[in-house]
Amino acid sequence: MEKELKLMKGNEAVAEAAIRAGADGYFGYPITPQSEILEYLMEAKPYEKTGMVVLQAESELAAINMVYGGAGCGKKVMTTSSSPGISLKQEGISYIAGAELPCLIVNVVRGGPGLGTIQPAQSDYFQATKGGGHGDYHLIVLAPASVQEMADFVDLCFELAFKYRNPAMILSDGAIGQMMEKVWLSPQKERAKTVPEWATTGKTPTRERNVITSVDLDSNAQEVFNQKLVEKYNEIREKEVRYEEFQCEDAEYLFVAYGTSARVCQKSVHLAREQGIRAGLLRPITLFPFPTKRINKLADKVKMMLSVEMSAGQMVEDVLLSVNGKVPVYHFGRMGGIIPAPDEVVESLKSKITGG
Amino acid sequence: MAQATGIKEIIKPENLVYKKTKLMTDNVLSYCPGCGHGTAHRIIAEIIDEEGLQSESIGICPVGCSVFLYNYMDIDWQEAAHGRAPAVATAIKRLMPEKFVFTYQGDGDLAAIGTAETIHSCNRGENILIVFINNGIYGMTGGQMAPTTLPGMKSSTSPYGRDVSTMGNPLKMTDIIATLPGTCYVTRQSVHTPANVRKTKKAIRKAVQYQKLNKGTCFVEIVSNCPSNWKMSPVQSNKWLEENMLPYYPLGDMKTPADQPA
Repeated sequence: MEKELKLMKGNEAVAEAAIRAGADGYFGYPITPQSEILEYLMEAKPYEKTGMVVLQAESELAAINMVYGGAGCGKKVMTTSSSPGISLKQEGISYIAGAELPCLIVNVVRGGPGLGTIQPAQSDYFQATKGGGHGDYHLIVLAPASVQEMADFVDLCFELAFKYRNPAMILSDGAIGQMMEKVWLSPQKERAKTVPEWATTGKTPTRERNVITSVDLDSNAQEVFNQKLVEKYNEIREKEVRYEEFQCEDAEYLFVAYGTSARVCQKSVHLAREQGIRAGLLRPITLFPFPTKRINKLADKVKMMLSVEMSAGQMVEDVLLSVNGKVPVYHFGRMGGIIPAPDEVVESLKSKITGG
Repeated sequence: MAQATGIKEIIKPENLVYKKTKLMTDNVLSYCPGCGHGTAHRIIAEIIDEEGLQSESIGICPVGCSVFLYNYMDIDWQEAAHGRAPAVATAIKRLMPEKFVFTYQGDGDLAAIGTAETIHSCNRGENILIVFINNGIYGMTGGQMAPTTLPGMKSSTSPYGRDVSTMGNPLKMTDIIATLPGTCYVTRQSVHTPANVRKTKKAIRKAVQYQKLNKGTCFVEIVSNCPSNWKMSPVQSNKWLEENMLPYYPLGDMKTPADQPA
């Protein structure tokens, strides 16, 4: 089976990729700018072709708890939303992380806080990478910079989620969700015929009962469990870091940017080099785990780093921790749904070079 | 010595008339003496056993006194977030339609924080069973007012009695659920007398059988007691239940499959 080339919105690509990845269930609630995902699935009727369940829930709370239920059965299940809706899902996400369930959550980020705007932003970085809900936990977070990656990361997130029994998130934004690009779609995968041994599928005489839970009132036992999670996150940090470098070989100044900002910064690298400034770009693809070691290494050869984000400065904290004082680190950001222009990023870099 | 001999005589196999249900585990129940939860658990365990559904059953426990229900019954379980059990059950049943899926929820879980999930899962007609334990109070957190607390009834957050002018009236959730076309079987039972235990068992059995017909949600309310937080002896609490709870929450079927249009 060959890949198929289509022109699609990022949101549509997520929906189509989910069907083709052999997802078992999608549970969602409408919110701009990602409603196309549920609309696409309802129109595509995958339940008639692959048997994939598609359900419009009564709320984001219900949707994420449906994901909990489906994931507890060992099924490949997912939900999608945008910032205010993802905030509503945080309780459920914490329970999913606490019960060590695999699932995919897509956040097509819009500007906040509160109801904010429906335009693209990257202001949910903290929420996505530092936990989001209550308790000590992490999601595996992937940040697509194209419609192609919106599609590709669906399958990758499911793979990582099941590998580590951990929820995975695609942290996208309204620009990538709404824009149309060509996308190579993978051939249809069959839905899994078997589920992991921990799944609740009905207790048979050959095994103990399976229980999906996140509660343990014994503090000692709870700490042992917390430690187990820490070890899992450390393993993920060790093995699953993904990033892309653009003209870093001879760079003196490094942009660090993900998603839409990274696309802007590619152009900024060209513009800077036209002006004789040797700029480069490191694009984290995984935001958790963060490419800490690589950024620390690059700090040995560049003079300065500029974290470019559509936020007030969130990822810059991870860049600072990675650099650990070796070189100055600055932030440049636009907010409120505004995407920075490549030349204003260059102007910001130039002002830091001259003025610090 | 004479007493010890007496016990030995009593527990001779030929003298035993009652035994622990097979699907109840040996774990010690966390419930207070006289609480209705143990009886309700036993009824469900008996039905699952008698209907041969152990390997087909997935239960969803609530947040509340029965949060550790999964320790007591030997089937697969999922522990839901507070109020979200019907959403969890929805996905399980949709993804595994051949399984028997049920939730077990108290009044705070089902009729306060989980009202939306309860109503919408029933409105969609999810083919699940919802068992609703109504004792008019929050048990686990120590006797706070529930949506089902009776008018004038004292609790730790209504110490002068529930004032309906500021605290609202008790929510008759089962009456609301019975109006929804998505439901198949809606009934209110109790476990405060042996006769009522038998009726409740009958109701649960019907609900289990109806789930196989895929005709919509089955909803069984069990009016129950809370001796500790009602501050009564078990016997007093069952008497109080009969005299105060049942007039407000009358027992009986509110909807059966016969009420559905063909």
